[in-house]
Amino acid sequence: MSTYTENIRAIAQRLLKECRVDMVIGFRQGTMPMMNEPCIVRKPEEVDRLVWDSNCGINLANYLTNRKEKIGVVAKGCDSRNIVTHILENKIKREQLVVIGVPCQGMIDKRKINAAVQGEILEVAEADGQVTVKTAGGSQTFKKAEVLQQNCSVCTHRNPVIHDEMVAEPVAEQTGIDPYADVAAIEAMSTEERWKFFDELLAPCIRCYACRNACPLCYCPTCFVDESKPQWVGKGQDPIDVRTFHFLRAYHCAGRCTDCGACERACPVGINMRLLTKKLNKDCLELYAWEAGLAIDKRPALDTYKANDPENFIH
Amino acid sequence: MKNLLELMGVEPDRIHFSWISSAESTKFVKVVKEITAKVKALGPNQRFVKQAAKVA
Repeated sequence: MSTYTENIRAIAQRLLKECRVDMVIGFRQGTMPMMNEPCIVRKPEEVDRLVWDSNCGINLANYLTNRKEKIGVVAKGCDSRNIVTHILENKIKREQLVVIGVPCQGMIDKRKINAAVQGEILEVAEADGQVTVKTAGGSQTFKKAEVLQQNCSVCTHRNPVIHDEMVAEPVAEQTGIDPYADVAAIEAMSTEERWKFFDELLAPCIRCYACRNACPLCYCPTCFVDESKPQWVGKGQDPIDVRTFHFLRAYHCAGRCTDCGACERACPVGINMRLLTKKLNKDCLELYAWEAGLAIDKRPALDTYKANDPENFIH
Repeated sequence: MKNLLELMGVEPDRIHFSWISSAESTKFVKVVKEITAKVKALGPNQRFVKQAAKVA
């Protein structure tokens, strides 16, 4: 991992020195363990702020929307797919970007670590697939595979789909996993159980919209939830309003979501709202053989019409 | 949309889609009859209905 950091710094420095980019967007160490934050570097002498480890789960495509500068952006597999989506949706031009590809081996789920250790976490270090967590009371070691974010553990696109620079050799993609097992489990429930399942899933939601803000797809100048003329959805914590919000938020991501997990990561109460977007991803894959952000020259599923599109839901 | 609503627990027979030309009056009548029958069988909708706030 430390070689990743060194290579990112070297590439960023070269790009800035050669004036190929005005800025590089990457990560810097957060003020708390496991909370790395996005960082914009504009001068070659500042590149030492950039780091890389398994706490860089935030999706950096979110910081590219409508930018006019030339930008070097650090991108793991999911970020690169969202960058492709951004390019397809005219939110940034390919010529503006130098994509610094990072082959990703998954991000650590800070909630899993927090739940597994007692007391305040002082330091989290990783080496050779092991994560060591130091607290005031001592230290504990976990296998990284066991503390991955759920979306990373079922990820099948770890390597960047577009890149101009690469930080390391591509990693082997995971095979033989079913990314949609959790969605299938819900589909197997009865209607009654499903209604109840989502009631319980969404009950803690405080409508802070962190999921929306963290999402690179959510760039509308005025979000439907903030609109008051007309008011599409109630703004309170009425369970039906909460459900309507999550339903519509997910639907706005249909055929665009890359399951980067930024929404779930940002949620202060830990709701797995990814189940909703994943259902749409699953449908897109099954109905239109579409996965978002894999090719820069293909139009998204909901943007094209084919004579053989499934239409058995129409009477 | 129908799929996601159903995943969230709305009954499959509650939502219907159809494509009817203004010239297809018989199809329109047929579809409306089918839909009313199916929805009546389910009874009044309780889901995605916002109850009025309870005032003490």
